[in-house]
Amino acid sequence: MADATNLLVIDRLTKRFDSGAGLFAPRRSMTAVRDVSLAVSRGSVVGVVGESGCGKSTLARLVLRLLEPTQGTVHFDGIDLGKLAPRDLRKARRRMQMVFQDPYSSLDPRFTIEQVVGEPFTVQGEVLAPGRIAELLDQVGLAGEIARSYPHQLSGGQRQRVGVARALALRPDLLVLDEPTASLDVSIQAQIIKLLQDLKRDLGLTYLFISHDLGLVRYFCDRIIVMYLGAVVEELPSPSTEPRHPYTRALLDSTFSPDPGKRRHLASLTGEIPSAFNLPKGCAFAARCSRASSRCLSERPSLTMHASGHRAACFHPIADDEKEPS
Amino acid sequence: MGLLEVDRLSVGIGRLTLLEEIAFEVDRGEILGLVGESGSGKSLTALAIAGLLPLIGARVTAGAIRFDNTDLTRLDESRLRKFRGRRIAFITQNPMTALDPLQPIGEQVDVVARLHLGLTADVARSRTIEILTQLRIPEAATIYRQYPHQLSGGMKQRVVIAMALAGEPDLIVADEPTTALDVTVQAQIIHLLTSLVRERGLALVLITHDMGVVAQCCDRVAVLYAGRLAEQQGVNALFATPAHPYTHALIDCIPKDGMARDSLTGIAGSVPSVAHFPPGCRFHPRCIGRQSVCETNVPGATALPGGVVSCHFPLNGDQRHG
Ligand SMILES: Nc1ncnc2c1ncn2[C@@H]1O[C@H](COP(=O)(O)OP(=O)(O)OP(=O)(O)O)[C@@H](O)[C@H]1O
Ligand SMILES: Nc1ncnc2c1ncn2[C@@H]1O[C@H](COP(=O)(O)OP(=O)(O)OP(=O)(O)O)[C@@H](O)[C@H]1O
Ligand code: SF4
Ligand SMILES: [Mg+2]
Ligand SMILES: [Mg+2]
Repeated sequence: MADATNLLVIDRLTKRFDSGAGLFAPRRSMTAVRDVSLAVSRGSVVGVVGESGCGKSTLARLVLRLLEPTQGTVHFDGIDLGKLAPRDLRKARRRMQMVFQDPYSSLDPRFTIEQVVGEPFTVQGEVLAPGRIAELLDQVGLAGEIARSYPHQLSGGQRQRVGVARALALRPDLLVLDEPTASLDVSIQAQIIKLLQDLKRDLGLTYLFISHDLGLVRYFCDRIIVMYLGAVVEELPSPSTEPRHPYTRALLDSTFSPDPGKRRHLASLTGEIPSAFNLPKGCAFAARCSRASSRCLSERPSLTMHASGHRAACFHPIADDEKEPS
Repeated sequence: MGLLEVDRLSVGIGRLTLLEEIAFEVDRGEILGLVGESGSGKSLTALAIAGLLPLIGARVTAGAIRFDNTDLTRLDESRLRKFRGRRIAFITQNPMTALDPLQPIGEQVDVVARLHLGLTADVARSRTIEILTQLRIPEAATIYRQYPHQLSGGMKQRVVIAMALAGEPDLIVADEPTTALDVTVQAQIIHLLTSLVRERGLALVLITHDMGVVAQCCDRVAVLYAGRLAEQQGVNALFATPAHPYTHALIDCIPKDGMARDSLTGIAGSVPSVAHFPPGCRFHPRCIGRQSVCETNVPGATALPGGVVSCHFPLNGDQRHG
């Protein structure tokens, strides 16, 4: 049954990776994504933010079913992707597309830009309408001449525009953007973000936007999901919501404001990120957290609704009246 | 007069001029931020200061690099070695390549002190553990014996900083020391470098493309664009009243708290490569304030109250918000 508000609903998604037992290495297992639930309403931008290895790309691949989840479901426009036959899955996939982080390695160097952008049509066994490539390139702000160039002849920003054009080729409803600007200079990052905003408005798109940059996510997204070591630790209902989880707070404090008048004491965090193969029993953040109690070391907090009206997984969330550390 | 003075430095490879008339200085207890987008010449400037240009087949073609009143560009390799690693330490853009994967990290730090300070193995070892402890590496004596692959990225970066400190340098040139790290770890490392400068009176040239990092810890800033110096100012003035249109635009590219959606637009076009440097002001194709003179004439350096700008039509404070 189609869901009128939500285009994408992820429910208790878990992905475990088992590393094969070798001659000397014992079999090990790690949970890259643990029990993640989230809903993306039509026309909105939901941000997923977290540090390296927290499971962002794995989550993206699970959403597009490029990876099979160990547990949990993904509903796209009311359809359970896990229940689809391969043929139907391929049809569903044309409505959801991915833009990758690295515009250098995500474009095949042997193909011209025209071929790269036209590839989704070939994959879907579809005839390419005349003028469609030029139209797509124009949509992402590229001149038509570029069609006959090869990826290596383009700048990083141009390549990322090509990646967006290819994603738009089949007129999708949802774009999953996995760190689309992480390898670009800020002047180009800002161009691409502007482009994404314009496209969203003109084409009525919905975005799942993945990034490690909380400042960027707060600028661009309507709602923000914060991940730490595979699990959601906090959901911010709006970009300006004050964080309750100490990890989100630390992320925010580690984001350098480009204003020398607002210098603050940096480096609130000490301690090391635990190994994903050997997660502590309690809260995964406890070893680095200044608020950790003995309960945090023995018991894992679950996402619970707090007075402020949003969910955080913490036994000692930062309260309303607490001043932010200066 | 600064401890380090880079004076109208030009660098070339073959017939190509990669850097042209770069100038800035930095004194003890001071952090100079060297910023610019990819390909602007930051790493080349660092290599020049460290005397490592021959490694990539490049050379200084004009200007001087004065360190404690000695022009390093005039020294031969053997005299230069007395400075490099000893009085001038260099932290490269990719710290992972700076460490030998087959040697315990502690010994790698020892080597620097033994080579440059002539310490015995035992003395060097206890000094290394002391430095590692000062860098807040937990259980330094245990870590001392570990290999690089056993450490996290942030730990490895601290070991590289320990190697830089082991020779007791007066100047550290750090090329993007935190770019590969997570933001929470980056904050720790930047904090660490900042306190080293303040407590020990080191001079630091901090290379970064991150204007946020610059705003949070630098005293002075030199902005490079396409191999030339766009502007140099004190950090407060640079952010409050950037004089070069490029600096202004660069600051405006960073998302700030409470900024309205749609207010980020970026800078049209992209950074030109060496083979395609435009004539006149190299920023002119992307500049919203350009006039015809910008397309033909290279702008000279104009003095500012506390710095210098290279632009035919520098901004004044009022235009900044116009
Ligand atoms: N195919 C795989 N097999 C085994 N482990 C994997 C696989 N893919 C990812 N992982 C592990 O899962 C964890 C999460 O990885 P993922 O790429 O999703 O993180 P990420 O948040 O995207 O990180 P980054 O910011 O570095 O891109 C990591 O520890 C990674 O090593
Ligand atoms: N060995 C070389 N031969 C030719 N050109 C070179 C060489 N090394 C660097 N360059 C060019 O010199 C310019 C400056 O390079 P540099 O590495 O200093 O840039 P950067 O500011 O450090 O950039 P990034 O932020 O990407 O590290 C670039 O355009 C680069 O292509
Ligand atoms: S010289 Fe001209 S083109 Fe260059 S930055 Fe100044 S105004 Fe812009
Ligand atoms: Mg990733
Ligand atoms: Mg560099």
